[in-house]
Amino acid sequence: MSIQTWTFIIVGLTFAIYIGVAIWARASSTSEFYVAGKGVHPVLNGMATAADWMSAASFISMAGLIAFMGYQGSQYLMGWTGGYVLLALMLAPYLRKFGKFTVPDFIGDRYYSQVARVVAVVCALFVSFTYVVGQMKGVGIAFSKFLEIPFTWGVVIGVGIVFFYAVLGGMKGITYTQVAQYCVLIFAYLVPAVFISILMVGNPIPQLGLGGTLSDGSQLLGKLDSLCTELGFEEYTTSARSPVDMFFITAALMLGTAGLPHVIVRFFTVPKVVDARKSAGWALLFIAILYTSAPAIAAFARTNLINTVSNQPYSTMPAWFSNWEDTGLLKFNDKNGDGIIQYYDDQNPDFVLSVAEPAGYKGNELIVDRDIMVLANPEIANLPSWVIALVVAGGLAAALSTAAGLLLVISSSISHDLLKKWLRPNISEKGELKAARWAIAAAVIVAGYFGINPPGFVAEVVAWAFGLAAASFFPALIMGIFYKRMNREGAVAGMIVGLVFTGLYIVYFKYLGGTADEYWWDISPEGIGTLGMLLNFLVSIVVSRFFPAPPPDVQELVERIRVPKGAGEAVGH
Amino acid sequence: MKEGYWSSNIKYLVILLSIWFLASFGCGILFAPWLNQFQIGGFKLGFWFAQQGSIYIFLLLILVYIFLMNRLDHRYGVDEDDE
Repeated sequence: MSIQTWTFIIVGLTFAIYIGVAIWARASSTSEFYVAGKGVHPVLNGMATAADWMSAASFISMAGLIAFMGYQGSQYLMGWTGGYVLLALMLAPYLRKFGKFTVPDFIGDRYYSQVARVVAVVCALFVSFTYVVGQMKGVGIAFSKFLEIPFTWGVVIGVGIVFFYAVLGGMKGITYTQVAQYCVLIFAYLVPAVFISILMVGNPIPQLGLGGTLSDGSQLLGKLDSLCTELGFEEYTTSARSPVDMFFITAALMLGTAGLPHVIVRFFTVPKVVDARKSAGWALLFIAILYTSAPAIAAFARTNLINTVSNQPYSTMPAWFSNWEDTGLLKFNDKNGDGIIQYYDDQNPDFVLSVAEPAGYKGNELIVDRDIMVLANPEIANLPSWVIALVVAGGLAAALSTAAGLLLVISSSISHDLLKKWLRPNISEKGELKAARWAIAAAVIVAGYFGINPPGFVAEVVAWAFGLAAASFFPALIMGIFYKRMNREGAVAGMIVGLVFTGLYIVYFKYLGGTADEYWWDISPEGIGTLGMLLNFLVSIVVSRFFPAPPPDVQELVERIRVPKGAGEAVGH
Repeated sequence: MKEGYWSSNIKYLVILLSIWFLASFGCGILFAPWLNQFQIGGFKLGFWFAQQGSIYIFLLLILVYIFLMNRLDHRYGVDEDDE
């Protein structure tokens, strides 16, 4: 059977499962709609969190990023897992004990301030919205490339599926479909990884295969190091660049993870504080399965790519090469007209002078889009066509599950934080549930529209969502729990300073022509959120000293969330 | 009594988060070039910490935390199981 037939079968099957699960898990109250009635088992919540967390970018782009960045790419691996330690130890149990529905709920109540609540809502909406548009675009690309359905229709089908289960089931429907989506995506990620690991180093466990030995007796990583340096690239396992920037980017990703509302809200769905702790552990385990396989896939893919293309005649390239050329993600330009592919680092002046020019190279002739590494990997390794179809279904599962989680944050920000807690406090539960359904329906459609017509800034903004979350939410949440004396004035000042500082630094270097040599202490805009976070802490603490301590009932609230006892009864709505 | 619970909690956090910092920012980034002179299996040690080891340590830290906190809850009688 052809790849396309397999893709139709497997994608169709997984979508049927999602719809079936959605019909089974309908929501009938606001508590079910926002937090799945707080009745989700910690293991299932761990899976749902993992699917929620791992987006199309984790599934499709990350291994490719690492393949081309080598050691430097570790910042994504550590950054996107290390935040779960902070979540498990410093946030999840306490926020669960607090027992409400959203992150702005906590900020608003803890800092007894409508201003703080609205600032939090605006941050949550901005972060979630930019993120969700990226997912929709990913869905459209997957459909158009593999099913040969026009891009627009791809997005429409994706939007239709999410619309169905999100509007019907709210958090409950989303949670149980995310569990199914996790199973699909992890299976789809591991099958090719295991196959390729067996083929290349004879070890079925990719995590060990990364340190394995190739059939010619050399070690994979040692071999890859020499392959890279022979072509003028940086050695794969080390980096000559300053560790400062890597340090700051890793920290911004970790702190941002711990401050992202769609991740935090997942810990509101479990029955007890103990379950919130366990659930964070399960979530990290399920995430780690993919995140420890990714570097193996990356190293295999880079080695395979170099071995297949470097200094080989264009005419002998296998079929996948021209297939990917058709998509424009792989480009060959025979600059010196010798019919042989010269793939090397033409930005490396030493290499160009000593090797490339004497050999008659006229510049690097191959441009490889990092996104094709995961998608093309099964083809490069000659795996059967059903494996390729599975990878497509996995990518779709990753994109849809993340989109649904984000859409729920958007809907609850509108119907709960803005409507119920601010504009129309007297709204009935039934009215609020109806508003929540309308809000999510509208959000799905708007996200779909922008998925089809993406505003130019979106792709870049997703990466900054972490920096902004780190500089705004993270300190306010941590001090809300660990520093009883922190008051409204300090927290609001801190959030605003953190957000404005980080935002301005990013805007200056991305839009107003700032150049890399103007960076403060080598920190790139991706890592500046860490500095914004420190500034937020500093400003909060200094400002809070000039204003009175929080009122007694808020101090009591802080005392109460610090002990697990009594979580079941704390509903207060 | 409650103070004892909270200060033990903070003590656990400080210890566990120090390990968290050492494993990732320490072994994975700052000391990675130095650690790379050692090999485990087919890995340079610093590289292994950055792409594998730190993630395993994160998992282990959460497991230890769950164990410590459950024991602490029980000792101070603030666990939820009796409800």
